[in-house]
Amino acid sequence: MSDSVVTDTRPSPPAGAETRTHRPATAPPARILSPGNIVAVIVLAVLIVLPLTSKSFFVFQMNQMLVYAIAVLGLNILTGINGQFSLGHSAFYAIGAYSCAILVEMVGVNYMATLPLAAVICFIAGFLFGFPALRLEGLYLALATFALAVATPQILKLSVIEHYTGGVQGIIMFSDTFEAPVPFGLPMESSTWVYYFTLAVFVLVYILAIALIRSRTGRAMMAIRDNPIAARSMGVNLSYYKATAFGISAMVTGIAGALSAIVIKFVAPDSFTFFLAVLILVGMVIGGVGWLPGCIIGGLAMLYLPNIAEQLDDVILLFARPLGLADALPGNLQNSAIRLSGVIYGFILILLIYLAPQGAGGLIRAVVSRLKWLKS
Amino acid sequence: MHTIRTSLLTTGAALALSVSFANAGTVKIGNTNPYSGPASAYGQIGQTISACVKMANATGVLGGDTIEFISYDDGYSPPKTVEQIRKLVERDEVIFTFQTLGTPTNSAIHRYMNAKKVPQLFVATGASKWGDPKNFPWTMGWQPNYPTEAKIYAKYIRENLPKAKIAVLYQNDDYGKDYLNGFKEGLGDMVGNIVAETPYEVADPTVDSAIISFKAAGADVFFNITTPKFAAQAIRKAHEIGWKPTHFLNNVSASIGSVIKPAGFEASQGIITTAYLMDPTDPQWTDNAEYKEWSAFMDKYFPDGDKTSSFTAYGYAVCNTLLHVLKSANGDYSRENIMDKASSIRGLRVPMLLPGITISTSKTDFYPIEAMQLQRIEGKTWKLFGNIISAESE
Amino acid sequence: MELFLHQIISGISNGAIYACMALSVVMIYQAIHHLNFAQGEMAMFSTYIAWQMMAWGLVWWLAIPLTILISLAGGFAIERVIFKPIENAPVLSHIVIFIALFAILNSLAGFIWDFTIKSVESPFGKGPFMGSPLLGKHQAGMIGVTIVMLVGLWAFFRFTRTGLSMRAAAANPESARLVGIRVSRMTALGWGMAAAIGAVAGILIAPVVFLEPNMMLSILLYGFAGAVLGGLTSPLGAVIGGFLVGIIENLAGTYLGGVGAELKLSIALVLIIVVLVVKPEGLLGRKIVQRV
Repeated sequence: MSDSVVTDTRPSPPAGAETRTHRPATAPPARILSPGNIVAVIVLAVLIVLPLTSKSFFVFQMNQMLVYAIAVLGLNILTGINGQFSLGHSAFYAIGAYSCAILVEMVGVNYMATLPLAAVICFIAGFLFGFPALRLEGLYLALATFALAVATPQILKLSVIEHYTGGVQGIIMFSDTFEAPVPFGLPMESSTWVYYFTLAVFVLVYILAIALIRSRTGRAMMAIRDNPIAARSMGVNLSYYKATAFGISAMVTGIAGALSAIVIKFVAPDSFTFFLAVLILVGMVIGGVGWLPGCIIGGLAMLYLPNIAEQLDDVILLFARPLGLADALPGNLQNSAIRLSGVIYGFILILLIYLAPQGAGGLIRAVVSRLKWLKS
Repeated sequence: MHTIRTSLLTTGAALALSVSFANAGTVKIGNTNPYSGPASAYGQIGQTISACVKMANATGVLGGDTIEFISYDDGYSPPKTVEQIRKLVERDEVIFTFQTLGTPTNSAIHRYMNAKKVPQLFVATGASKWGDPKNFPWTMGWQPNYPTEAKIYAKYIRENLPKAKIAVLYQNDDYGKDYLNGFKEGLGDMVGNIVAETPYEVADPTVDSAIISFKAAGADVFFNITTPKFAAQAIRKAHEIGWKPTHFLNNVSASIGSVIKPAGFEASQGIITTAYLMDPTDPQWTDNAEYKEWSAFMDKYFPDGDKTSSFTAYGYAVCNTLLHVLKSANGDYSRENIMDKASSIRGLRVPMLLPGITISTSKTDFYPIEAMQLQRIEGKTWKLFGNIISAESE
Repeated sequence: MELFLHQIISGISNGAIYACMALSVVMIYQAIHHLNFAQGEMAMFSTYIAWQMMAWGLVWWLAIPLTILISLAGGFAIERVIFKPIENAPVLSHIVIFIALFAILNSLAGFIWDFTIKSVESPFGKGPFMGSPLLGKHQAGMIGVTIVMLVGLWAFFRFTRTGLSMRAAAANPESARLVGIRVSRMTALGWGMAAAIGAVAGILIAPVVFLEPNMMLSILLYGFAGAVLGGLTSPLGAVIGGFLVGIIENLAGTYLGGVGAELKLSIALVLIIVVLVVKPEGLLGRKIVQRV
């Protein structure tokens, strides 16, 4: 009796690959004044000018947004470019954050110098995780990374390493100086400096990501995403490139984690739960899998999506107050949207997948190609 | 038209100015609570306070002034707490924050609040580090802290059970460890009597395995540092396997409705705990005037609230403490004055505190409630015994 | 020695929980070749429905079958309404929808029923099983029901037409359609059955762990571990895997020094990864060969 089951490989489109109607995410044509580049310059200009015209809280929020955007970029390298799933990127984010915190607080390294160190540590972690992950496809990989994300807070609390990690109490950053010291005696607030620092890191990482896509490594990774068996038969070393993709992806998300330690000034196991991993994934999908510029939109989504219920409550109250209904609403209803935030979150996700499964990237590309079609 | 526009502008400017000055009718108070995520059970506290504020406004407790209580969800995630608190302080411009919940979450904003000189008042956690006016003059706790409670049990054991073999079950986080450390400190040279010390995670399905080990280790005293779900499991399992130690249950899970009843009254006889609040599910308080006041409040202003949860009693008591502070501010709702009034409370009674327990603070004492009383389960209710134990400092 | 035995028995009791969950996971895998991350929440929600009916006065032998029927219909409906439109979408879309389902069910349950724990009476009663201090009536009942469900499922897949059609539809939808099998109906039916099994799992689990909206996340993880260990294509493997996970978790917690108790989730993680890497089809599963 045959012990094995033969199945046809299901012809479902791999993650990140475009459908037939769109151009695949390969190297874009190198025109300097392309509309994409112009938009990028505008966005960058806005981000640079931001602190000069906005309240400190908004700057803080945009700072967080940039950190999240880097995290989404990291995951996108793994999923969008290389086609592997991860429901566990919160683990790498945590490793980056803790590396930074431990180096600053225990070893006395300057916080800016911790970034390359955290990057290396996370690359190694990702690469090592990538090896056993090599043999896992699709759902199996999702499952393994899911387990990683759920186990991470517990590992962070282990009493054996408590001396370094601060255990359940976590680590308070900048315990002697209170905030990130501004270098070179520059005349600006610490939070403004940290914002610009984050922005600079973001731009650097983004440029490196583009360089990666255009390189041989990038092409190999994309070939693996589109058709692993064909890639292998063409001589691409699957193990090496898949593990490297994991390493690079973990490195980028780890850098985001390190930055978050500097921005929030506190790391604790409860900050790095499975919900964070889900949020990063959702951010990537909203931005557009495989579309690198989408990471900004993904970052915005990560920032505002969990609070969407509050905005809803505000909207409800906005209408109820002038109608004099605000007090008539039972005490509960005032924040019942907050208590149903999970439901709202879920519905938004469902709508997203139905209406814009390719995320913002897909929408924008659809609009652009429609415009092109109209022009012709 | 020109005059209308100018007058509109001036009115707008005046409004803007008045909003930024705290004593023009509205007291803006900020709060973060976990309304989503694994700690959502505590969200009942935020909701209770919200309803209590509604009642205060409706009944004109502050004369002509109204309280605006803004509560955001932080999902018990410290980065989220930082963001929401900064939103409250920098964007919503609240005067102070009240009852922010959780130890890691409050740790994350601790230094920020003190650097910005914004009162971080009556935080909802029992960790001992909030009563440090010398280094953190803008932060104050409210409930009796965990080590104080643990030391009460340790003292009881030292005095009454000198040959005890002690087993401890604790939740593997800040709250659990705070209790454990306080307990060990209180035991002094009897620390060696601890034969088993087992942590558990909130993510664990049951704690049954630990209970079995305790019985096998021959322990006859059990210090149960667990949250309600696990407390009920521990009580029930111990009963099932026939293990009958002297059982100390932490106050966090000392609710008849949420823990004792589900675990079973038969299994819970003789369990000892300390308390500072009335247990709303305990029939001995049904005719008490304060209980009736709380019950009426719940029915009118928070009908969807869970009257079996001790969180609602807690919320009502702490909210009344807040109202006392606001009333004594006499219209001057500046941050300095609020902090000043909060640190000058003498012997205050608020509803739902156990009879005989009062709230006191001073410039050097930032622990408002330090008194508790031992009680044990007899029949279907808590029986108070002994005297009120007070750790009141000057 | 008594401690060791105790821990094994306790591990088997815990393992029964994981085995139930693992069975439900495998069931849905058989139907749609996907892992449903919202399986735990669906089970939790069904349990709340059962609890509510009993709170309204219905006896357990009416409430429970009714809940199972409702869950069956519910699972069927969820598939038809939510998943059918994205049938051919990439795996990532499915994962996001599972997450959405998770968030919706969890939040809804907390909103409707609060987060205070509720006790669920065991239909098997309290007290020791046949006087043994090691096994309670409920644990015995749990193990018994799991085995009955297992046998029933095995018979269903092996001997009934519908069962065969379901397996065919999941393994090879194209060919299945060609022989006249209504593939989409089979998928929806698979969902319904998985939901029903999940409901039974939830109702069995709740008396042990107490009912509250967040009770299922880690149980789901252990259920996955059990399913993977036993083999995602084998219901029997899933059940055995579940029991093994329970025993391993308990023994590690007791004997691995102080660290053991802190490492339980990590152990599940390591287990999953090791099995998936070394023997992805698990102990009893069948090897899936991919045709190019």
